[in-house]
Amino acid sequence: MRDVAVVGFSQSPCVRREQDHNEVEILVPVIQGLREETGVAGADCDFICSGSSDYLAGQSFAFVSGLDAVGAWPPVSESHVEMDGAWALYEAWVKIQMGQAETALAYGFGKPSMGDLPMTMALQLDPYCVMPLWPDAISIAGLQARFCLESDVLTERDMAAVAVRDRMYAKGNPNAQIKGDYTVDGILAEPYLADPLRRSDCAPISDGASAILLAAGDRARELCERPAWIRGIEHLCEPMDLGVRDLGRSRSTQMAAQKAGVGSDKIDVAELSAPFTHQSILVEQALGLSDATTINPSGGALAGNPLMAVGLSRIGECATRIFSGTDDRAVAHATSGPCLQQNLVCLLEGE
Amino acid sequence: MTDDELDAGPPEDVTLLRAPISLDYDYSAGQSASRFLRAIAEGRLLGQRCPVDGRVYFPSRGSCPQHAVTFGEETVELSDKGTIVTFSIVRVPSANIPLELPYITVNVLLDGADTILMHVLDAELDDVHMGMRVQAVWKPREEWTTSTANILYFRPIDEADADYESYKEHI
Repeated sequence: MRDVAVVGFSQSPCVRREQDHNEVEILVPVIQGLREETGVAGADCDFICSGSSDYLAGQSFAFVSGLDAVGAWPPVSESHVEMDGAWALYEAWVKIQMGQAETALAYGFGKPSMGDLPMTMALQLDPYCVMPLWPDAISIAGLQARFCLESDVLTERDMAAVAVRDRMYAKGNPNAQIKGDYTVDGILAEPYLADPLRRSDCAPISDGASAILLAAGDRARELCERPAWIRGIEHLCEPMDLGVRDLGRSRSTQMAAQKAGVGSDKIDVAELSAPFTHQSILVEQALGLSDATTINPSGGALAGNPLMAVGLSRIGECATRIFSGTDDRAVAHATSGPCLQQNLVCLLEGE
Repeated sequence: MTDDELDAGPPEDVTLLRAPISLDYDYSAGQSASRFLRAIAEGRLLGQRCPVDGRVYFPSRGSCPQHAVTFGEETVELSDKGTIVTFSIVRVPSANIPLELPYITVNVLLDGADTILMHVLDAELDDVHMGMRVQAVWKPREEWTTSTANILYFRPIDEADADYESYKEHI
């Protein structure tokens, strides 16, 4: 395997509704920020891969316009995934492993505020038996949370504590959308949004974008004083039918962590993109994280949830802490699909 | 379903399930396109100049697709006159185009612009040619809105053909 590292990260603030700017106008400053940080323009990368969803934009091939932010003339080597940018990064990593690139740009962007997100998400369900019922995304997650409570995997207090932790950490993150001093009792006093989920159990709806520059070997050392080396990256998908999965644990996260080499050595920091508090607990359990690990120092997805960029941003937040020398070993998590259907785990280390 | 249908219970053999999909969006054109649309409501055509190579993009847009730089707020006002750089005579109907056949589609290079505008031309089929000088025909002023449909079509004007060199890179 080739040594591949994250050498730069740039992101937009997470905002509830980006009224004045379209997706490209959100993305351009992010790609420019990455160029200022690394000295490498997007179009100068050997490979470019983006993650976005036409369902969020409400138009087909909407991702093509994203290339305006990169500059695609003369022609560039480029690809797209209809997934979170974390999977775009995975494709870019594979491209570098194949020896077809030394540097690669991965970016993700989404503007879910344009539509009715919980209903848009219904379209990713089984199209024959579940989707025609139009169950919104929060109700689906609520069913999973109910299952977890009934099978004693976690308690409502555990869930509230996740929101308190993430929003406390988010106070130090200028890009976070939801932050502040909350208490478990205060959250438990909130009315239910989709019993047993309260508003504070749910990630916000956020518009935003992020971008990461990858580089191989010595090129990475040229571009970054302390690259965040990708020691392992893996993703697995569980069945679409919610009834055949164990919703009380995240088996695919657990297997991805094993394959990525997370193991039992100390993890300094973990960034999770679980969009609901109970899912955050399931991911923490699947990753086998201990008290020695700082979880979601950026606030995670519960503090800012720019769909299609939120997972990529988790990798970027981990890498940033390795760049600065704050941490040496980090685990980033990204998810896709209802109830943690598909999960990606990325293990990063400094030298 | 009506109550009667529900009371009747499920049909014995389900052979077809209709599951209509419909989502509503609240679309934002973005700052640059919004400026363009507000201007065209006043009969003005706005482009934007790339700060790197000076090319003028029409309609105005947020960034240069070649150099990936933002254009900012500075705009370039363009003439509604231009040159036909290429054309096609359409003899096949299309569901979303209510024009009588045959008609002429043209790529017009507006004076001062470096990108082409696709539109239709009102002219004799035998007369249309590359380099032909044309001008926009607008709807009556009281019907103008924030829409490119304010321009109905283009028509030829009494000017000498443009020099091939002036538009050859836009064909």
